[in-house]
Amino acid sequence: MNHVIVGNSAAAAGAIRAIRSIDNEGTITVVSREKQTAYGRPLISYLLGGLITEKGMPYLPDNFYDEHRVNLLLSTEVNRVDPSEKRIFFTNGDSMPYDRLLLATGGDPFIPPIEGMSDKGRIYTFTTWDDAARLKAVSADISRAVVIGGGLIGLKAAEGLNLLDKSVTVVELADRVLSSAFDRPAGKIVARKMRANGIDVITEDTVVKIEWEGSTISGVTLKSGDFIPCDTVIVAIGVRPAAGFLKGSGIEVNRGIVVNEQMQTSAPDIYAAGDVTEAADFFTNQKNPMPIWPDAYIQGDVAGTSMAGGQKVYEGGLAMNSIEFFKVSTISMGITNPKDPDSYDILTYQDTENYQYRKIVLDKEGHLLGAVLVGTVDRAGIFSGLIRNRVNVTPFKDSLLLPDFGFIHLSQKIRRQLFGQQRGYSWPQPAFASHGGGH
Amino acid sequence: MKRIYSIEEACIGCHLCEVACITEHSLSKDPVKAFMYEAERPIARCKVEERDGGVISISTNCRHCDQPDCLQACISGAIQKQADGRVLVDINKCVGCWSCVMACPFGAVQRNLKKKKANKCDLCPDREIPACVAACPNRALVYREGE
Repeated sequence: MNHVIVGNSAAAAGAIRAIRSIDNEGTITVVSREKQTAYGRPLISYLLGGLITEKGMPYLPDNFYDEHRVNLLLSTEVNRVDPSEKRIFFTNGDSMPYDRLLLATGGDPFIPPIEGMSDKGRIYTFTTWDDAARLKAVSADISRAVVIGGGLIGLKAAEGLNLLDKSVTVVELADRVLSSAFDRPAGKIVARKMRANGIDVITEDTVVKIEWEGSTISGVTLKSGDFIPCDTVIVAIGVRPAAGFLKGSGIEVNRGIVVNEQMQTSAPDIYAAGDVTEAADFFTNQKNPMPIWPDAYIQGDVAGTSMAGGQKVYEGGLAMNSIEFFKVSTISMGITNPKDPDSYDILTYQDTENYQYRKIVLDKEGHLLGAVLVGTVDRAGIFSGLIRNRVNVTPFKDSLLLPDFGFIHLSQKIRRQLFGQQRGYSWPQPAFASHGGGH
Repeated sequence: MKRIYSIEEACIGCHLCEVACITEHSLSKDPVKAFMYEAERPIARCKVEERDGGVISISTNCRHCDQPDCLQACISGAIQKQADGRVLVDINKCVGCWSCVMACPFGAVQRNLKKKKANKCDLCPDREIPACVAACPNRALVYREGE
């Protein structure tokens, strides 16, 4: 079997391991438009801020590609897929056949139509190692930067620049930063921490024009009319599935590549995984893009298993983020900010002064749907286990906000299954972890 | 692979597993020196949970999963599964993002805030039987082959 993987990040790593756990004979070729081997993509802000060096970037062990017998084609971009001929085509004119194809091309930064936007001068996106390297290379000349977008990427870019002693302003259209992953109190705590460290955070406003003086940027004009002087602009609105190269291939692409629960696309023998896909959501089963690192890995694992002839089902995307901003830890998972809070059970604990916040979202039947933890985030994964396994938490609901919440508050049955089985370890099956559904 | 299993009914809540873990991962490997004199006392990789004043207690620990959630979530590649099945964190690669803490459904990855590194069970590579298991006075911890 000739396995070809386009893309070389978390989803590819999950797929390579899964394929090799089943198929020791087949060939695996990885094609990546980037020049580096797989790297910890979220580490680019650490690299920019000088918290790690380039030596800390590689994501996979040194011998990984050899050990898994992967044929690696770097700096090679795919611009066409022909499902009937079972062949992929490269921008350099070459092409390559496949038996099973995995599309794991990730996301492209979204660049909004702003007056004065240019691909020249000091305007940067911030999603790749090359982006971080470009920014770092000119950092000595940067004195004031404006970051467009107050999501995870934007704030991490802002933090990285702040660590380099640059003056930074973040402009966010929503009424708070981190509006997609976190709720209002958590966003406020993070914004307060950013401001305390000298980053200017402007919300409910947006950049409408990048102002130039000749070939250099002089500042940005906001919708409110304010002018912010700066010499550098970082565009960090978000990412979109990098599926443009599939135009005309006949493969179904909505916002992302549409996949079923085996990560199969609409075309035979073509699979997709990671940020480029549109897979089922854990709660709603509706398909939507979810650019989440662990999710990309899991999708890659499912795809690789399917490609090699194994059986595995994707259980749905569960959003989760763990990010530190200026030493304040934040973790969010699942549904954190429901539109209609009255139809949920919401528990909160707040100590804003000490940067502490906890929020637990339950459905009315007592299933955990989401959690936000700021400050003390220890053992947050217990919540993700309770969500993924659809455990009814009603019997120990009152313990969920305790700082030392743990397995001791769960039933002995669950503890036995997880720690005392003397065989394996597994979460209890629906018999006593009743399945929810219908959210 | 061999895993550590925890027999709740036999746990007396003495926390000796935690003391043994801290000692084993200290510089001196001596409990008094580790607790009193070493500049950076290790953080226990197992955790004794108690309720009702200690009437119920259990020592929880890493399952060294076949498909580790911590590994899938790790953004730096610091967490890797070894050929012998152990799931280990390379603290030189760890950036302290706590994605593993977010993902581990067993609550088995600790935060070492001083070092800003993840901390987890390594099944005591220098010993035949992990220190926590060897130290348990009532055999509430068992080290044996699982499925």
